[in-house]
Amino acid sequence: MNLTLLPDLLLAGMLIGLAWAVLNSDDLRRGVVLFIAFGLLLAIVWARLLAPDLALAEAAIGAGLSGALLLVALRDGSGGDQRSAKRSTLNRWLIDLFVLVMTCLIGWVLWLTIYAEPVERLAQLANAMLERSGVSNPVTAVLLNYRAYDTLLELVVVLAAVLGVLVVGRERRGYREPGPVFHGLVHWLVPLLIVTAGYLLWVGAHAPGGAFQAGATLAAAGIVLRLAGYDAAGLPDGRLLRWLLVAGTGVFLLLGLGMTVSGGGFLQYPEAWSGSLILVIEVAATASIAAALVLAYRGGRSDGWLLVDEKDKNREISS
Amino acid sequence: MIIDILSSILLLVGAALGIVGGIGIHRFPDFYTRLHAIGITDTLSALMILLGLALQAGWSIAAFKLAMIFVFLFFTSPTASHALAYAAQHSGLKPKLDQK
Repeated sequence: MNLTLLPDLLLAGMLIGLAWAVLNSDDLRRGVVLFIAFGLLLAIVWARLLAPDLALAEAAIGAGLSGALLLVALRDGSGGDQRSAKRSTLNRWLIDLFVLVMTCLIGWVLWLTIYAEPVERLAQLANAMLERSGVSNPVTAVLLNYRAYDTLLELVVVLAAVLGVLVVGRERRGYREPGPVFHGLVHWLVPLLIVTAGYLLWVGAHAPGGAFQAGATLAAAGIVLRLAGYDAAGLPDGRLLRWLLVAGTGVFLLLGLGMTVSGGGFLQYPEAWSGSLILVIEVAATASIAAALVLAYRGGRSDGWLLVDEKDKNREISS
Repeated sequence: MIIDILSSILLLVGAALGIVGGIGIHRFPDFYTRLHAIGITDTLSALMILLGLALQAGWSIAAFKLAMIFVFLFFTSPTASHALAYAAQHSGLKPKLDQK
């Protein structure tokens, strides 16, 4: 056996073991912590598969932000999971059977993919047209040029999710005041995170990075602020926050419509402009994604949310 | 040659300290002592491994990145340990004392 395969096999085995541990843990808190570890390990696996974009996104969003959201949900809920103990034997058997069937299916698909006849892969197509896309990172080219439609819809999904969070109710109180050491860390960590987000956004044009990674990093800065006792978590209030939330989707849509008006198809960039247009969209998307993620972490409307104008205020009082 | 030996010593010591920390987390009786075990893994073990890798990398951008990682760890891990201990103490967790 090839010896260099050993670390990869170890990684894959640990991944499966952790996934099993997450699903099987009786304590919800332990499950969440294991889930965060699972996300970090998955990020390493992505990096091993030469997909640093996905590794970045997985570490920031999959492990970091999802973990933070799950921990908040755990804090708000009762904590214990009594229902899991009452799972019937039949239920367990069905779940086991389902997992077995799914495993076989996935294994079969993997087998087919590995040993299939070589076909023209999408990656080759993406690389072939790279020069005309306005950026030199194929992942960004796919996300914001070839498949801009998908990314637009993804931003809409993020917006819809955060609207759902806002409907649920008011935000929870932040954590209590942390110790002085954490305060010291926050004072240099938050600026560092903001600079990193800017770097990821800019570098996305020609290397791994981009709007989603930058947005998640900015959101991490917001969450750190919130944990340090700044309840607003760096977000503005009222009208500005609303604009921030819709900026990504709005700019994307407006540019797409503008292209339709000026003669091209929907989201078909003029070739000379595509680089700058992609950058504009990415900046707006980064701001929106960060705002949405931080708002999701805050868990609802703040007091300032309603104070947009008198009309809204009256409506809230009368309802 | 000397660099190779030096870096492998550093890497081995770092790995050994990591294992010691791991054993500590499993074997120590309560939260605060486990935190002490994590401290070894977080600081000294990480420092040894990063130093060993930096020796292998030589004067390059990789060594600079490793140095940045070390600076980052140097600030974040003590803060994390402190935050954990602070939170535990705040919520009333008492250290387990010898009861005879």
